[in-house]
Amino acid sequence: MNHARYHTTRLFCYGALLLALLIAPWAGLYPVLGAKILCYALFACAFHLLLGYTGLASLGHAAFLGVGGYVAGYSVKAWSLPPELALLAGLIVGALMGLVMGYISIRRSGIYFTMITLALAQLVYFLCVQIPYTGGEDGLQGIDRGTLFGLFDLQNDRTMYYTALAISVAAFLFIARVVHSPFGQALKAIKDNEPRAVSLGYHPPRYKLIVFMLSAALTGLAGALKAISLGFVTLSDVHWMTSGHALLMTLVGGLGTLSGPVIGALVLVILENKIGELGAFLASVTGIGWFATLGESVMMIMGIVFVVCVLAFRRGIMGELEALRRRLPPTPKRELES
Amino acid sequence: MEIFGMPVQALLAQLMIGLVNGCFYAVLSLGLAVIFGMLHVINFTHGAMFMLGALLSWAGLHYFELNYWAMLFLAPLIVGLFGIVLERLFLKRIYKLDYLYGLLLTLGLTLIIEGAVRSAYGVSGKPYGPAPISGVSDLGFIMIPNYRLWVIVASLLVCAATWYTIERTRLGAYLRAATENPKLVESFGINVPMMVSLTFGFGVALAAFAGVLAAPIMQVSALTGQHMIVIVFAVVVIGGMGSILGTVVTGIGLGLVEALTKVYYPEASSMVMFLVMVLVLLIRPNGLFGGGE
Repeated sequence: MNHARYHTTRLFCYGALLLALLIAPWAGLYPVLGAKILCYALFACAFHLLLGYTGLASLGHAAFLGVGGYVAGYSVKAWSLPPELALLAGLIVGALMGLVMGYISIRRSGIYFTMITLALAQLVYFLCVQIPYTGGEDGLQGIDRGTLFGLFDLQNDRTMYYTALAISVAAFLFIARVVHSPFGQALKAIKDNEPRAVSLGYHPPRYKLIVFMLSAALTGLAGALKAISLGFVTLSDVHWMTSGHALLMTLVGGLGTLSGPVIGALVLVILENKIGELGAFLASVTGIGWFATLGESVMMIMGIVFVVCVLAFRRGIMGELEALRRRLPPTPKRELES
Repeated sequence: MEIFGMPVQALLAQLMIGLVNGCFYAVLSLGLAVIFGMLHVINFTHGAMFMLGALLSWAGLHYFELNYWAMLFLAPLIVGLFGIVLERLFLKRIYKLDYLYGLLLTLGLTLIIEGAVRSAYGVSGKPYGPAPISGVSDLGFIMIPNYRLWVIVASLLVCAATWYTIERTRLGAYLRAATENPKLVESFGINVPMMVSLTFGFGVALAAFAGVLAAPIMQVSALTGQHMIVIVFAVVVIGGMGSILGTVVTGIGLGLVEALTKVYYPEASSMVMFLVMVLVLLIRPNGLFGGGE
């Protein structure tokens, strides 16, 4: 009974979130910022598909995001590909890179896995600095959004936003499907106790590689979507610090919760965008001039959020809500029943 | 005489530079491995500590007129104390948790340190001025600046001293025992938490020492650490963190490989160490010198 109620509540929450996202551009949210939030939400969800269900923390996902973006941007600029094909290209390139990087990195686990993915991402970063197709230090600028399926003109910011929303929701449902499938259950079994899973006849490396590929493919898609909606790709997208961003979003939103990364992305992208204004506001209220420079110290703020989260807020926003729900006394309705 | 179309003199000169860089990698990876052995935390701040060491040496010279030799002693001391404070304040709270949180916490601290230095000094490197040891030595087959010779000697001495302390002294024996079984060692009346703090302090002091050595020959900037830490990660993945000798050999070897690539195919010089890492992982997934998980 209680479980069913919980399920209804959760569905209701998702419905409310979706509704909020649907009306957001009409309620004052700048659609391009909205699209950016959705891209990062997709990125964080893809990242969390790997971290949350295999326990493997990758610091190499920036490579998939950046290269996915570069491929989409380049194919639009050089070959005038329509946006749907550019997005598909980002997805495929992400998957292929995931196959290669996953094959190399899943040979080790734990902290070594993280260091390997970081080193591989650095390799990709240096490649991107050197090859001519990425535009080097300038990046790719002025990527044309084009017309989706020849029907929807993406030059319109709101159309772009809803396209991004449709893609993100589809990807989210896909991830939920994967997690709740027999495949997802096997992943959970491997994460909990790898030797046991092996003795039950599962072959963990194959599962890890598949989920790494899925995660990389969705990250490539997120990169392509970001390139098309924002119109540019730069080296900072491939820099490993971007993987740190995804990690932070997951942590803030709540590790191990399906919706956590979405919430984390929402909070952090908005924080990053508004931090200058926030600083100016704090400076004017408190009279401390230092706050006005807050906008330039995004790196430091990120670091502080990291430290605070690890020390005091490990469950993240969704995890805390969940814990709160468990702690609350049973609802009055139950008393009526008994 | 030429080797593959490259004059031997030029080749040797590049290899010497590679050897110097390799020494930095070796000292840094050594500190990282010592910390990991005791704390089971991969210290992401290591690159930032290297940068702090270099910055302190620069600051000592320009603000307080403390010369290089004073800072070679003072900077590791200051950074080591800073490390102990960080360990006492933050790191000791996460030892019982998943390895992931140690990584996240030190990553966060790195961002704070680098962000602070960046907002104070910008991202461009600080020129140190002339190296504290001038002159050039003729080793018969090659001419080498005395300062670089000093860096090589000092790094190798520090590595050897660390090896000796850990493998051959009573303190080292306590340390190794506490790594194996902290509870048991504690029951013999040894203050293990104190030892953990000191180990962390010592590890980051090593990084700062390398930073001071690097200051006169590398333009160290706020973001140098980020670059260094990734290379150091590649070194410990290749060498494993189990053996001190393995770590040092891998560090120096990678410096030499990087130098050789700079001579024959400069475009790949920034990537070659990661390619070596991939190769090693494909052939010997556990690293060249074993190194357990």
